[in-house]
Amino acid sequence: MAKHINLTLHVWRQKNAKCDGKFVEYPAADISPDMSFLEMLDVVNEGLIRKGEEPITFDHDCREGICGQCGMVINGRPHGPKERTTSCQLHMRSFKDGDTITLEPWRAEAFPVLKDLMVDRGAFDRIIAAGGFISAPTGSPQDANALPIPKENADLAMDAAACIGCAACVAACPNASAMLFVSAKISQLALLPQGQPERYIRVRDMVAQMDAEEFGTCTNHSECEAACPKGIKMENIARMNRDFIKASLTYRPPTGGGGAG
Amino acid sequence: MSVAEQSIAGAEARGHGFMASSVGRKVVMAATGIVLFGFVTVHMIGNTQAYLGAESFNGYAKFLHTMLHGAGIWIFRAVLLAATGLHIWAAVSLTLANQAARPVGYRAQQPVASTWASRTMRWSGFILAAFIVYHLLHLTTGQAHPNFDPANPYANFVSAFKVPAAVGFYIVAQLCLGLHMWHGVWSFTQTLGLTHPRYDSLRRNFATGLTLLVVGVNISYPIAVLTGFIH
Ligand code: HEM
Ligand code: SF4
Ligand code: FES
Repeated sequence: MAKHINLTLHVWRQKNAKCDGKFVEYPAADISPDMSFLEMLDVVNEGLIRKGEEPITFDHDCREGICGQCGMVINGRPHGPKERTTSCQLHMRSFKDGDTITLEPWRAEAFPVLKDLMVDRGAFDRIIAAGGFISAPTGSPQDANALPIPKENADLAMDAAACIGCAACVAACPNASAMLFVSAKISQLALLPQGQPERYIRVRDMVAQMDAEEFGTCTNHSECEAACPKGIKMENIARMNRDFIKASLTYRPPTGGGGAG
Repeated sequence: MSVAEQSIAGAEARGHGFMASSVGRKVVMAATGIVLFGFVTVHMIGNTQAYLGAESFNGYAKFLHTMLHGAGIWIFRAVLLAATGLHIWAAVSLTLANQAARPVGYRAQQPVASTWASRTMRWSGFILAAFIVYHLLHLTTGQAHPNFDPANPYANFVSAFKVPAAVGFYIVAQLCLGLHMWHGVWSFTQTLGLTHPRYDSLRRNFATGLTLLVVGVNISYPIAVLTGFIH
């Protein structure tokens, strides 16, 4: 059995969205290096509960890197020091005995802190609601190969669809820009035939909602790409920009003519 | 109204035109940036006339002032003024939005992928703006020049670089131009959507090559004057 380690945590504690928060120091003693980062927090929280103190609030759900809930900035990096890894999949063997770990919530005007490390990521839901879908009539499923799709597009769309909406990109961006997330959600549809009918309306609407949520704008620092646990590429942002430019150049106001009905 | 029409109407109702949008203002920044870096590149090439002596250099200056019956230079000036104005407008408005987007910062943020050049674009841009004003007063209109002669641009150029403080500011501004161009040239390809994995290393190399060329040649002028190579 690997030797257990002792750590010091500096955790952002904030009662609710209205209160000011502050860093509080906690020891994390006798931590197994085989634990996940969230399990380490569970151990610390159990200690706090036993002492009658308020446990540290953090979001989590699947604990297997697919739900995107477990966002927190660990030592200045969203989801911690390992590439392509969510906080829940980070293991304590990434830390050394005696390390100090600073834990902060995602910092963005668009993501108010609800409590401690938990933020309200409703802004992402509203961006999806503004256009991140296709309007398809339901019915019996089509034959799988009825729609020809180039392999390359299928692969790129699948890569974009790997986005779990965790918002590490916003947290890492010096401008708190959401463009990596938004561009992934635009690209996964823009690359497929089913996404074409609403392609240029979608990009306008989702960008409009992104701006209305007061995210910052990309200055091409590339921090998002480095922080993304799912390897979403900045190429998607270029595709979003391309589609937005085309949509703006070719947009026609609705006329209601042409036999609308 | 269909769902699609409703959503367009919604975006319109929010007053969300191209120039108000984040991507739109980025495109303005990139397009005007291309005009400006195109200008600095041509300006650098034109000034190499200095190495051919007073006659060539003054002849080139005369050509600039007389092309298209004298209208050419004013067309250039109008385009440059508009590009600079729009570039600064987009830079200021996006910077304010970006700062507002993160009102509370991190205690321990670690840059991983960004570069020093990308993080200092606002500062290099600000110094460039100050330099542009100074440069115009120095070598175009002459108010900031010790002995300006409108009829002899070559003499103005040579005597300008005999003042150490002027050379110092000139070189600092060129280094800022280098930082700004190195990130900017790569950045505008991304902003305008001109990316493809096959050309990604080309984009970086193009930015590096162009920056080294422009800044290198520009800095060679004061050095050539100070060492007496140009006199
Ligand atoms: C006049 C003063 C200037 C100011 C205040 C200024 C400011 C800025 C700022 C804040 C940015 C955005 C940073 C970013 O996106 O990372 C930017 C981008 C840029 N600037 Fe400037 N700049 C100035 C002059 C210039 C000049 C002289 C050139 C050309 C040599 C230039 C070329 C560019 C380019 C190509 C970009 C990249 C656009 C993009 O991100 O797509 N700028 N500038
Ligand atoms: S793009 Fe990456 S970092 Fe951003 S929300 Fe999606 S998975 Fe998270
Ligand atoms: S808890 Fe689901 S991704 Fe981490």
